[in-house]
Formats: sequence, structure tokens, C-alpha cells
Amino acid sequence: MRALSNQKLRKSLYAYAIVIIGYAVIQVLANGGGLSSAFEGQLVPICAYVVMALSLNLTVGVMGDLSLGHAGFMSVGAFSGAVACIALENMIPVPALRLTASIAVGAVCAGCAGVIIGIPVLRLKGDYLAIVTLAFGEIIKNIITCFYVGQDNRGLRFGFLTSINDLNLGDGARTIIDGPMGLRSVPKLSSFTAGFILILVTLAIILNLVNSRSGRAIMALRDNRIAAESVGIPAAKYKLMAFVTSAALAGAAGTLYVLNFSTTVASKFNFNTSILILLFVVLGGLGNMWGSIVAAALLTVLPEMLRQFNNYRMLVYAIVLILVMLATNNSSVRTLVGKMKEAAALVFKKRGTGR
Amino acid sequence: MAFLSHLISGISLGSVYAIIALGYTMVYGIAKMLNFAHGDVIMVGGYVSFFAASAWGLHPVLGLLLAITVCTVLGVAIERFAYKPLRQAASLAVLITAIGVSYFLQNAAQILWSSNPKVFSSIVGNTNFPMLDGRITVSLIALATVGACIVIMILLTWFTGKTRMGKAMRACSEDKAAAQLMGISVDFVISVTFAVGSALAAVAGVLLCSMYPTLTPTTGAMPGIKAFTAAVFGGIGSIPGAMLGGILLGIIEIMGKAYISTQLSDAIVFAVLIIVLLLKPFGLLGRHVTEKV
Repeated sequence: MRALSNQKLRKSLYAYAIVIIGYAVIQVLANGGGLSSAFEGQLVPICAYVVMALSLNLTVGVMGDLSLGHAGFMSVGAFSGAVACIALENMIPVPALRLTASIAVGAVCAGCAGVIIGIPVLRLKGDYLAIVTLAFGEIIKNIITCFYVGQDNRGLRFGFLTSINDLNLGDGARTIIDGPMGLRSVPKLSSFTAGFILILVTLAIILNLVNSRSGRAIMALRDNRIAAESVGIPAAKYKLMAFVTSAALAGAAGTLYVLNFSTTVASKFNFNTSILILLFVVLGGLGNMWGSIVAAALLTVLPEMLRQFNNYRMLVYAIVLILVMLATNNSSVRTLVGKMKEAAALVFKKRGTGR
Repeated sequence: MAFLSHLISGISLGSVYAIIALGYTMVYGIAKMLNFAHGDVIMVGGYVSFFAASAWGLHPVLGLLLAITVCTVLGVAIERFAYKPLRQAASLAVLITAIGVSYFLQNAAQILWSSNPKVFSSIVGNTNFPMLDGRITVSLIALATVGACIVIMILLTWFTGKTRMGKAMRACSEDKAAAQLMGISVDFVISVTFAVGSALAAVAGVLLCSMYPTLTPTTGAMPGIKAFTAAVFGGIGSIPGAMLGGILLGIIEIMGKAYISTQLSDAIVFAVLIIVLLLKPFGLLGRHVTEKV
């Protein structure tokens, strides 16, 4: 038992270490001018995708339910967070505080969406659950494209299925959400440091949940639902807990993401985005938090690094993806990796006794 | 009268969904995997038929046959090179590989044929029939689609119910290991399933492009997702279920567009799906599997 908890602790430490070292290295490079501007522009999206991958890993890896609509929660968080950010402009002038408040609003709204969606969805199992999350993701995208939000001196104005002119905005009019055209004139508040802090907070929340009594209950339900329920674990409660946490974190990531761009359309958070995040989780390893972080960061940068292939880069990306999946599931490659691991463990052990 | 014409266009769109959904449901029933690349095989079918007609001047029927051949070969090749090595792997690994294949096909199409939309000319021409004293018109392509759907349905029911291969398929979908012990070559059965599914995708692609004549490398993606929901709607793994699910989905989509809201039509389709799955968790015609401890 003690060895097991040590191993868990080590994995948690790996995750924190990767994030902190990554942040330090990039800060040093950025100050030394060693980063291309294209890469610097990618930093906040990378942070948002890392948080997305971590939160989806809670649903898919820890809870064991395939979700194909995670971008929907990101979208809810993005749009509610951006509206909050603009609405709070006069109330909270300090950018850092306003960013925190917006992220909190985004997380709460996405969490509420998580409750509404989670209660019906979690009654289903397997592929049926997956398809319903897909359906909810598409519904959220579709509903957000019909929203119109404007602001004037009297406050916020909301409209649904109308047009921005029907809001009758008065003096000091400002369009915030313009239906299918998406968000307009969003202040750029996100920064790499904010993203770094959000990743650390996310990691702390997820690792605490996973290593708690509730986390063990969630994993017991994943491993054998019938056995877990028969020893008195309430499935609905714990599954909903994990699902809502995951949704709220995705909402926070959405706010972080959207406050990095001045305009964003709702169709950005479509099925393909959900799949992209699922890709990070699966390639990083189910339930493996540091794996998700590395996979999300690398796979966001990879298309940029493949720029020399020009038009072929997405094709190369697809081929790399297929080959990685084939290689990681190939028995001879697996035994080779296993042998290498054993050899590495042997070297480490020798060093340990030598000291 | 407007209602009747909406109903007819709903049924013809639904027939396309049904043909695509049949491919999904057959592959799912036998290989137990979600073949996300299925939607992109539809797109390839559309392009082959487009070039057969416009660049090589082939007769539309020959073009359709060519599309079927190319897609069948493509489907079997995808199965052989991407999915077969993962037969024993976790289902998520197979899902991700299928997504990789889908990206591959979309991007290969973009490089080969560019992302500029191609204008597809209908394989049966733009003939319209006035019906009920000219109060509604029905296009020939709508009739052809519904006809093709019915023919495919009858052929598939006969194929799975009466032939030796169909019997082998049903055995594989029940229990692969037991089927193998009875001397059925499971690998061959899976290859045949992919061949049939991809051939159906080619037919669906040609019909879809005849109805909505713009063709881009992502043409297949959204119909693919909708047909997949249709398959789940009817009960995934069930052939009549896929048919029923597809047609109902088409009718709901067109009716939602006509009577509720054009912008919200996708949301309506998916909301109906969710309600059905909550009331009948295994789809309309799906089998309920009792869990043994």
C-alpha cells in the first residue's frame, strides 16, 4: 500500500514539475528573445488546451466515460467569461482581478451546464453516453450562434434568434456577441503567466480529487460499477461530481482562451475541437495527468513545427497520429519499451545502492 | 400541401442518412468500433463520381460504379492497414486511429483536389415531376434516393438473413471467439463488412452530392456525424434500426427547419436524439442487454 501511494505521489510531482519547468524554460527563452513570435502567440492557447486535456482526462481517464462534447463546456465558459469581462470593465479596473473574476464566471456557468447535461447523460453507458455528449456539444454550439448580447449605458441587453439591431441599444452601444459572427472587441487580458497559474490550480483540484475518498469512489465505479454500487457507493452522486468538476475546469480554460483573441466565433468550439482534446488525453495516457500536459503542449506546437511541409503538414500530422497509435499498440514495440524500462530501472537501482 | 412537400424532402434526405447509417451500424455490429472515417469515404465517393462525369465524360451510372469500386477498395485498405493491427487494442485506441484516418482522407483530398468547392451535377439530371395536379413537385433525385434506399434495405436484409456470408456476419456479431471456433474466418468477415459499408458510402456520397451539389473535402463530415446519430437513434448494430433512425432524422431535420427555426435545426435534431435515448437507452430498435454479475 505504501509503495502504491509513493508511486501516486511521484506521478503528481512529475505533473507539477513539468509545468513549473516548462514555464521557467519558456520565460527564460522569451526574455532571451529565443522564441519566434508565432510560438509566443501559441502560448495562451497551449495553456488553455492543457487545462482542457486535464479536465477531459478526469471524465475519460478517471471516471471512464467517453465524452465527445467537451468543447461545448469550453464554449459556455468562453462566451459567459467574455461577457462578464466586458460587463465588469468599470467595476473592476485591475486587469488581473478582472481576469480572475471572468474565469470564475466562466467556470461557474460551464459547471451549471455540466449539472444540466450530467444528470440525464450519466444515466447512459458506453457509446450511448458518448453520442449524447456529442449531441449536447452540437446543441450548445448551435444555441450560442443564435445569441445576441449588447451593452449600452443602461446595462447588458440579451436577445435570442433576433438580430443585433433588435436589441435597441441606446447611447454608448457596444456589441458583445453578434450571433453567428461571434464575440466582438474582447479585451486581451490573458497572459502566459495567467495560463500557467490556471494549469497549476487545475492540477491541484484534479489531483486532490483523484487522491481523495471521492476519487477512489469514482475509480471504483469505473473499474466495476456493479461491485462498487453493491458496497454502497452512490454512483450518480460521484459521477456527477467528477463530470461537473471537469465541465467547470473546461469553462475556465474557455475563458482563458477567448480573452486572448479580440474576436471568436462559436463554431470554433465544434466537434473537431472536442476530438482534438480527446486526442491529447488518449495519446498522453488515460488517467495520466502529466501525459496529458505533455501531449497537449506537443500536439499544439507540432502543426507549427511541421510548417516546412507547407500544405502537407496536416497530412503528415494525420500519418504521425496513425503511426503512433499503431506503434504504441504493437506487441513487439511494447516488449521493447518494457525491456528499456527494466534496464533503466536497473541503472537507477544501482545508483541508489551506490549512494 | 407545403407539409407534404416537406415530408417528401425529409424522407429523401433521411434515405441518404439511412444509407450512411447502415454502413456505420454494420461495422459497429461486427467490428465493435466507431468508424469515424466513414463520412470521409462518402466524400471520396462524391469526388470520384464528379471527376468521372466532368473530366472523363463517363456515363453517370459508370461513374457511380467507379465510385463504388474505389470506395470499396479504399474501405478494405483502411481496415487492413489501420484497424486490423489494432484488433486486440483498447477501443479508444481504435477510435483515435479512425480519427487519424479521417484527418488523412480530408487532407489528402484537399491536396489532390484543392479546397475550392466543386459544383456537382446531379446524376439523374434536374427533372421534376408535378404531382397532385401540380400542387407539389417531386424531383427525380428525391425519388431515386428513396428507391435506392429501399433496394439497398431489401438486398441487405436478404444478404444478412439468407446467405452463408450473412450468417457468418451474424455469428461474428454475436461472439467472435465462438465464430472462430466454428471455422469462420473472422478477419475475412470484417473485411467484407468494410467492403459493403464503403460501397454504401459511395452510393450515399453520389446521392448526397446530387441533392446538395457543392463538394468540398469536408462534405462528408457533418452528414457522417448525423448518420452516426441516426444509427444510434435506431439502435446501433440493428439494420432496420439504422434505416428507421435515418429516415426519422431526415424528416425531423427538414420539419424543424420549415416550422421551428432554420438556425436551430441541428439543435432540434440532437435534442430529439437525446430525448429518445433517455426514454429508450438502447435506441428505438436496439436490443437490451442484461448485465450479469
